[in-house]
Order: sequence, then C-alpha cells, then structure tokens
Amino acid sequence: MSAEATAINMAARASIWLKPHRIMLILIALGLVLCAAFFMRWDWLPQYWEMGLMGIWRALWILAVTCALGFALAVPLGLAQAGGPIWFSAPAKVFCTIIRGTPLLLQLWLLYYGLGSIFPQYPWIRQSWLWPYLRQAWPYAVVALTFSFAGYEGEVMRGAFAGVPRGQLEAARAFGMSRWKIFRRIWLPQAFYRALPTLTGETVLQLKSTPLVATISVIDIFAVSSKVRQDTYLTYEPLLLLALIYMTITGILVFVFSRIEARIPVKIG
Amino acid sequence: MAPGWGGTLLVGLLHSLEIAIGATCLGLLIGTAGAFGKLYGGPVTRDLLAVYTTVVRAVPELVLILLLYYAGTDLINQVLAAMGYSRVDISGLAAGIFVLGFVQGAYSTEVIRGAILAIPQGQIEAARAYGMPPGLMLRRITLPAMLPFAIPGLANLWLIATKDTALLAVVGFFELTLATRQAAGVTKAYLLFYVAAGVLYLAVTLFSNLLIGRVETWSRRGMPSVKEAR
Repeated sequence: MSAEATAINMAARASIWLKPHRIMLILIALGLVLCAAFFMRWDWLPQYWEMGLMGIWRALWILAVTCALGFALAVPLGLAQAGGPIWFSAPAKVFCTIIRGTPLLLQLWLLYYGLGSIFPQYPWIRQSWLWPYLRQAWPYAVVALTFSFAGYEGEVMRGAFAGVPRGQLEAARAFGMSRWKIFRRIWLPQAFYRALPTLTGETVLQLKSTPLVATISVIDIFAVSSKVRQDTYLTYEPLLLLALIYMTITGILVFVFSRIEARIPVKIG
Repeated sequence: MAPGWGGTLLVGLLHSLEIAIGATCLGLLIGTAGAFGKLYGGPVTRDLLAVYTTVVRAVPELVLILLLYYAGTDLINQVLAAMGYSRVDISGLAAGIFVLGFVQGAYSTEVIRGAILAIPQGQIEAARAYGMPPGLMLRRITLPAMLPFAIPGLANLWLIATKDTALLAVVGFFELTLATRQAAGVTKAYLLFYVAAGVLYLAVTLFSNLLIGRVETWSRRGMPSVKEAR
C-alpha cells in the first residue's frame, strides 16, 4: 500500500518536473552529448583509463584525509575563539585570518617551494626519519589543504560553539558534569549539528581546491588530464571529461551529506 | 634581494587587482541579469540559468579557467576567421576578466536572487501600484532595497575574486602569484617572496574588510538596527 502510494507520489512529482520545455532541453542536451561522443576524439581513453582511476582515487583520498584532519583542527580553533582566554583566542584568530586572507595556491607554493627549500639546509632534518616524506610533494599538499579547511571551518565552528544556548551548558554544569564531559556530551554535539549544513559546502569547496595540488607535482585526476592534453594535443576532450568527473563527485557528496543531515534532529537549541 | 623584485611584485599586485575589479564588475552585471532571469524569466530561461549556476559551482575554478580560457580565445578567433579577419591575440587581462567574471556571475546570481527575495514584498507592490515602468522600479526600488541584504554575500565574493586571481598564474597570466614565483625562482629566496606576497594579499583583504564595513553601514542607513530589533 505504502509502496503504491510512494510510486504514485513519485509519478506525480515526475510529471510536475517533466514539463514539455524540460523534455526539449533534455533532448538538446542529449544531442550535444552525442555530438561530443561522435565528433570529438576519445581514442585516448583506454590508454589512460587506469591512470585516471588512480588519479580520482588519489583526489578522493586527499579530500577525505584533509577534511578529517582539518575538522579535527577546526574544533580547537573554534573553541579557542568562542570561549578561550585571550592567549588562546588571539593566535587562533590570527591563524584563521591569515588562512582566509591569502590564496590557497600561494599557501601551497609557500609550503612546497619555501619550506621545501629550507629543509635540506639542515643536516639533522636530512638524517631524521621524516626526510623520506619531506622529499615528496604529497605531505605538503595534505598540510596546506588541511590548514585551509581548518581555517575556514574554524570560523564556522566558532559561530557554532558560540551559538549553543547558555542554558544547555548551565544545566550540564548544574548536573555536576565535569568540564570535559560537558564538552564531549553537550557542547561539541550541539555545535556539530549547527555546523553540519555548512560542512557540505565546505567539503565541496575543498573538493574544488584539490586540483591545485597538481601544481606541486602530485598526480591527481587534474594532473592526469594535463598529461593527456600534453601527450595528445587535445584541448577540450580531457577538460570536458574532467569537469564531468568533478560534477559527478560533487553530486555524490551533496547527496551523501543530505542523507546524513536528514538523520540529525532538526530542532536544535 | 635585488631592488627590482619588490617593484615586480607590486606590478603583479596591480594586475591582480585589475582582474579582481573587472571580474567582480562583470560578475555583478551577469549576476543581476541572472537573478532577474531566475525570478521573472520564462521557464526556459530559468532552467538554463539553473544549469549555469549549478555547473559553475560544481566544477573547480581551475578547470573552468582552463576550459574557458582556451574555449573563449578559440571561439573568438574562429568567429573572426569566419568573418574574414585575421586571428588576434586576446590579451591576458581581458581573458582573465572574462573567465573569472563568468565564474563570479554564477555565485552573484544566487546572492542577488536571495537578496531580491528578502525585500519586503509590499515595497515592490507599492512601486507597481504607482505605475512605475520596470526600468525605473529596478533603479529606484529593487536595487537600493536589496543592497543591504546582498552586501555581505557580495563582499565575500569580492574577497574570493581577489584570491581566485592567483589561479590565473596556472595559465601563465602575470599576476601577483606568478610574479612571486618568478622572483623566488630567480633569487632563490623562496620563503621571503612567498611571505611578502602573502602579506600583500592579506593587506588587500584587511583593507577591503574596512571598506566593506563602511559600505554596509551606508547601505543600511535608515533601516532599524539589528540590535534594537531584538
């Protein structure tokens, strides 16, 4: 019964959405896609297929790691700004301002070329166990993207922490909870729910920042497309496919986050 | 440090600012037109604009810049060739402004659309009741009334524009980040130049924030303050 109802509901929704002009637009779009498939050159695809998948995997991996680390860093940054003493809040504010006030590309190059040129001058760094990592490009990419995410999300978390009603925290204290327990059980979860809608946007922005790592020789999907362009002298085909890949990933991300958001209690505060 | 490189950085900064200002202006034009198209346009216009804003906001700026940079210059040259003119070299400045403006347009469409929706409906109805033609209503009512709602979003977009100019370094346009890279590469003083460029970008951001605060209070003149409303 309910399955039938949802089927009818979906059919009704589809008929509202599928107006005649939309069908025309979809047909035109399909025609364009078919034209692109037939009249453009795609014979390079089999050769670069595996490299492309590897690149997508690497981009997603960088996205996941930097978002997780960045959020872990954003929580203390937000907390320090929302309720910390001045010697915590001032450095956090300066960090967020610097990260948000300069382009990510510059931060990336500052770390990779700037610090990367300083490190080899010190023998004790060259002899340490860190050296094999410091010679590669990806640690710099991860650090730069993590800082960037932390800077933007730290500002969001500041607002989220400050937005939790005082009564909640006072009630928790009245229950005799310790400060750590208040933070863990009351303050952080409620702030997190508040920050969740912006987290979707920030993650998509972070995804759109990942191609920058190709400029410091990390082989992500963007670098693969650049290599295809160099090898085959094709301008549009690799870039169009690349745009399609990013749009697909963005779509999946938005869908997943909307499902997570739907599970969170709506009424907060 | 050779005395010339500081000047190079400043020239790069000037180019960055030129592009950012041009792109923001173009973005505002596209955004205003796009917002009106989305709100008052026919069904086809609305759907096409929805595709425009969705695609531009879902694809990384770097990919869009490459795509539009090559596609745009190619298209113009092909049109010129078809009309019997010889090929021209598109200046990096014009191409950069066009590309970033196109990207900014998608974001400002959404900002301005939201701001127009935030205008109390009675104001627009009153203007219609006075028999104002659409152009006059746009100039006297809609644009000034939406400004206080749009300014925070547009200010954000301006800050994003100043930082997005750095991406043009990847296509070889001489702006602050590329100037820094060249200066650092020649002098080998990497850290010094990158930090200097960071300070320049930061100065632009902080100075903009100051101005934006002024503009915001100016655009809110005559409106009840938020604090009193509580």
